[in-house]
Amino acid sequence: MYNLSVPISDEQIRELKVGDSVSLSGVIITGRDTVHKWMIETFIKETRQPVGDDLEVYEAIKPLLDGGAIYHCGPVVAGLDTGDYRFVAAGPTTSTREEPYQGDVMRHFNLKAVIGKGGMGPQTLAACHEVPGVYLHAIGGAASLIAQSVQRVIDVHKLDFGVPEAMWVIEVKDLPVVVTMDSHNSSIHAEVETQSMVELERLLAS
Amino acid sequence: MDDLTSAFLELIRLTSTDLSPDVEESLILARDQEAAGSAAKSALEAVLQNVALAREQSTPICQDTGTPIFYVQHPQGWSTRKLREQIRSAVAAATSLAYLRPNAVDAISGINSGNNLGDEAFPTIHFEEIEGEELIVDLMLKGGGCENVGAQYSLPDRRLAAGRDMEGVRKVVLDAVYKAQGKGCAPGVLGVAVGGDRGSSYYGSKESLFRKLDEPNPDPDLDAFEERLTEEANRLGIGPMGFGGVTTVLGTKIKGMHRLPASFFVSVSYMCWAHRRRRMVVHGSDIQYP
Repeated sequence: MYNLSVPISDEQIRELKVGDSVSLSGVIITGRDTVHKWMIETFIKETRQPVGDDLEVYEAIKPLLDGGAIYHCGPVVAGLDTGDYRFVAAGPTTSTREEPYQGDVMRHFNLKAVIGKGGMGPQTLAACHEVPGVYLHAIGGAASLIAQSVQRVIDVHKLDFGVPEAMWVIEVKDLPVVVTMDSHNSSIHAEVETQSMVELERLLAS
Repeated sequence: MDDLTSAFLELIRLTSTDLSPDVEESLILARDQEAAGSAAKSALEAVLQNVALAREQSTPICQDTGTPIFYVQHPQGWSTRKLREQIRSAVAAATSLAYLRPNAVDAISGINSGNNLGDEAFPTIHFEEIEGEELIVDLMLKGGGCENVGAQYSLPDRRLAAGRDMEGVRKVVLDAVYKAQGKGCAPGVLGVAVGGDRGSSYYGSKESLFRKLDEPNPDPDLDAFEERLTEEANRLGIGPMGFGGVTTVLGTKIKGMHRLPASFFVSVSYMCWAHRRRRMVVHGSDIQYP
């Protein structure tokens, strides 16, 4: 079991191998479909002009993402009426939808850890090697359990994206995750896919 | 008829926070079968810990509380318009109490309504008049991760050499499980409809998911076929969360439907391990959640 705190160094990342259990602590940000598209279009490919509070939010998240972690999560949040936010349920969402964006986002922000479920593809694996970074798999559906690792909600950006799609800045303590993609080009997901294909072909032929 | 808004609210709370015993038992069996010290075993341990915690705290098992899908069977003379209003009020109340996540996003504008109320299909409510005095309401919460890995095949399928017979059905279902990998939160439950048109087929595949995991198919041949599919899907070795392991699928539920001579659809609805479905039965002033 590795205890890892944000910000994470390159040395710490290179030490991690697929299959390692990690207990993650520190300040991280949630971000999923809308956020990744917004980051790519506004700040990385610059195909749209920043509007509203875009630049302000960008400046606020940049230092948090540098050496930091993004969590693919659309939480259930209590206290929406009072602003005294509390995470009630906060499991990971399926990461593969961010595959077209994730590598570029990692490179742009020097993002060290991507937390989600279901794994990601070759583009993200290449970015893990380059940046370097890791993909950390949280337990899908274990939302009440994971919410207990969330110590407090520090801030929220882009709440107009909707509660699940907003960027929630949270402090976590001992968030339990498993390394399933490392900086040495290994991916448990690619391995399991290859092995299950062999078995599928055998079953289809029988 | 009485105002049942608070009864519907309780149905939603139970569905989101208190996993059905048949699903939990099946997850316990799955955990016991995984190798000691494996990532698959610790994943299922966390899953079971989470199930207990959600029940104890009355918090959502999974943050993706999905599309609420209601099947309402009502006696003659009940107002479906009033029932719909009460269900929608209960859904909005459950959202502000954090039993449900605000999930209704206008696909054109991108705006989340904030209270889980969208068009007439969000929440989805099916009504059917039945004989007798009882109102029976089934609710299913199906999240987006597993909904996204659902698949529909039109037989024959050349790529899989799947013809228009049960052998062809077997091939495409196994292909759907392979394609899902761990992305639908394995170990999942397969709801399969054979036949129908594109719409009714998907609808039938979801309906089949209401059958309890320990409840056999009334047709012995289909029952054996379900067992075979579950066993073969597990041979793929995808395992809990796609970490590799013994249990990829907890069970398979098949519904046979009528089809057009020209069409042969097979629809697979993949349900994640957090298979949230509950029933409410109203008889006079008596309300039960069996």
